[in-house]
Amino acid sequence: MELTTVWFTLIAVLWIGYFTLEGFDFGVGMLLPVLAKDDRERRVLLNTIGPVWDGNEVWLLVAGGATFAAFPEWYATLFSGFYLPLLLILLALIVRGLAFEYRAKRDDDTWRARWDTAIVVGSFVPALLWGVAFANILRGVPIDADLEYVGGFFNLLTPYALVGGLTTLALFLTHGAMFLALKTDGAVRDRAGRLAVRLGLVAAVLAVVFLGWTQVMTGTVASAVAFVVAAATLLAGLGAALVRREGWAFLGTFVAIAAGVAGLFLALFPDVMPTSLATGVGLTTTNAAATPYTLGIMTVVAVVFTPVVLLYQGWTYWVFRKRIATHHIPEPAAAPEPASRA
Amino acid sequence: MDPTDIARWQFAITTVYHFLFVPITIGLSAMVAGYEIAWLRTRNTAWLRLTKFFGKLFLINFAIGVVTGIVQEFQFGMNWSDYSRFVGDVFGAPLAVEGLLAFFLESTFLGLWIFGWDRIPAKLHAACMVLVHVGTLFSAYFILAANSWMQHPVGFDYNPGTGRAEMTDFAAVLLNKVQLVTFPHVILSAYLTAAAFVVGVGFWQLRQVHRTEHAERDLPVYRRAVRTGAVLLLVSGAGVVATGDVQGKIMTEVQPMKMAAAEALWETEAPADFSVLTIGTLDGSRETFSIKIPGVLSFLATGTTDGEVVGIDELREQYVATYGQDPGEAYYSPGDYTPVIPLTYWTFRLMMGLGLAAMVVGAWILWGTRGGRVPRGRAIMAAAVSLPFLPLFANSFGWIFTEVGRQPWAVFGLMTTDRAVSPTVSTFEVTTSLVLLTLVYGVLAVVEVKLLLTYIARGADPVDPDHDPSAPHTDDRPLAVAY
Repeated sequence: MELTTVWFTLIAVLWIGYFTLEGFDFGVGMLLPVLAKDDRERRVLLNTIGPVWDGNEVWLLVAGGATFAAFPEWYATLFSGFYLPLLLILLALIVRGLAFEYRAKRDDDTWRARWDTAIVVGSFVPALLWGVAFANILRGVPIDADLEYVGGFFNLLTPYALVGGLTTLALFLTHGAMFLALKTDGAVRDRAGRLAVRLGLVAAVLAVVFLGWTQVMTGTVASAVAFVVAAATLLAGLGAALVRREGWAFLGTFVAIAAGVAGLFLALFPDVMPTSLATGVGLTTTNAAATPYTLGIMTVVAVVFTPVVLLYQGWTYWVFRKRIATHHIPEPAAAPEPASRA
Repeated sequence: MDPTDIARWQFAITTVYHFLFVPITIGLSAMVAGYEIAWLRTRNTAWLRLTKFFGKLFLINFAIGVVTGIVQEFQFGMNWSDYSRFVGDVFGAPLAVEGLLAFFLESTFLGLWIFGWDRIPAKLHAACMVLVHVGTLFSAYFILAANSWMQHPVGFDYNPGTGRAEMTDFAAVLLNKVQLVTFPHVILSAYLTAAAFVVGVGFWQLRQVHRTEHAERDLPVYRRAVRTGAVLLLVSGAGVVATGDVQGKIMTEVQPMKMAAAEALWETEAPADFSVLTIGTLDGSRETFSIKIPGVLSFLATGTTDGEVVGIDELREQYVATYGQDPGEAYYSPGDYTPVIPLTYWTFRLMMGLGLAAMVVGAWILWGTRGGRVPRGRAIMAAAVSLPFLPLFANSFGWIFTEVGRQPWAVFGLMTTDRAVSPTVSTFEVTTSLVLLTLVYGVLAVVEVKLLLTYIARGADPVDPDHDPSAPHTDDRPLAVAY
């Protein structure tokens, strides 16, 4: 296999890792006001992702860094072209990450309510915009002969792109609800399980429309297979959720998202960012790639270290495998007070 | 302002801001790991209390470092796309490796450390913080290798066919001579920064608790913080000075203009003096007042007190002659190749001055607290409270110096900064980005500092001597640590 194909595949794997993992913690964040009735329940939700959300987000950073190294032209055109959506995603990830860490640091309802808003908005914005961004990559955007994006912001908001955004949004909501049904106990677990099925039906409809549209537009046999797997596993997951087999249900949305993203990359290959201009030049795995020397070195690093990362990240999930219920949540940290004076 | 200036302001603001949190993260992860290991070895609860106390402060600080770090990776592509195209083959690799080796390690094992107190065996728990620290070191190594390449590009060829710098020797990029001295300089200054933070916080608490009812219980805790912190401060400070000295000589060799700009030395001199401060015009035309130490600039640049230091005027002629050729017009703008002299002059002095001041305060506090003493007096208290800020600002000035001193180059000798910017990003977009990020960063700074002060004032929580927090349990008790 060509090194450029290897790296196209590895970048697809990194995005699959990102969406399958951070996908559910985006879902948990958005479901915070829906599934939790009081602060204790909100803390149940947040503590299911507490030890892992940051590690999940690193998949994005590595995907970004790997794109920079392996396909510098892709990185340059994509990041300078999709400027405002990426800025919004950055701002969302900033306030969301801090909200997780700071929310419990003061026993104050207003303080917590503000950070809760940050968590909900900070999870919603990227869940929607990543779908919009990927749809635009697949559809093709105005890229001129100098490989520069010349489209502006509103060019990104086509019906197809919006369906893409709604699809990731609905899928991550479903994935988050499945995760909560698996990782919590008591009333939250019941509510999450019921909601997962309803959300999943919406997600399934959107996914069929979006993936079908993509398949007609730019699909291949391989992408069709992946999309069928995605649809089948999503439906299987919903079925499992109906009969309260929560592990299987979560595995269903997990595989569905992985297969869906894999299908999108299969439909894209060998382009990485096609152009919609007749006079433009689209980016491909060939004209966007780094040199074989750089790709070779990076391949060695990736082959050696990715399994190690998967091992220890998997181990974290094993350590924190227990379900969390309201009775596991300690009292809020008392308002900090300086030591009393004698 | 044109988009290049706005993009430069954004890079300056977001990078300086990010690097306020990074050194404390690097240094404090080492200190917290050290305290936890000390607790495991001695079972003295004072060490456990320090582990938890500084662990909390570490987390408050780490969170901002993480979220502002994402901006750093994205903005190369967003604001500096021509730079990314030109250098991606060389510069992208260390960034990608940083993510894979460092970020996963830091985030995963920090999650385990925070939430794992009663889930994993004690030794493993301490090992998690050690791994977090190793992650920060990896991270620093790869990002500094990338920066060192911008200071002194090696291990690449310019390919006129593709119009970019292409890597030919990854080992040369990682073992760049600028990198080999920059890495220890930055890491040691990170230890110094964290140590100054610990000493400042510890000393303030020492003075708070020594007359309370809990003095007997709490004093030994904060004494340990102050003493261990002060020793680390002085040892790492000595290392910062030593590595900084080597760095000066390498800088003189690879970027002579930067050394001349550090002193605002217009004419070549041998021996060259070092001015502690100058009042007057820095363009050299008028100098109303200056305190000079003979031969010191010669020593900093060459290692001998009478060595020749080439001045800006002569270097300008050399640079114009050297850099008028390939890799050419697309990647650099001809000019006089002189950075902003007042900025380089003052940041160089402030970096060294504030760093040395931190060492003086550290030595003072170490001496003052000898043999169980708790020094009274306003002066030492004021010094202790200002101590954490000295290396913090020294770090910022150091980076401003080294980055401004490289200008007008983005990659020295290859690409000027004005050619690095994204050509299609509009003034509106980059202004929106600058304004929003600055506003959000500003608000977060206020929130972070308030939170930090609250937790510093609260002090180290007492621990129940009968409860071993490291004993794993399998029953259904509440989580030991929860969001």
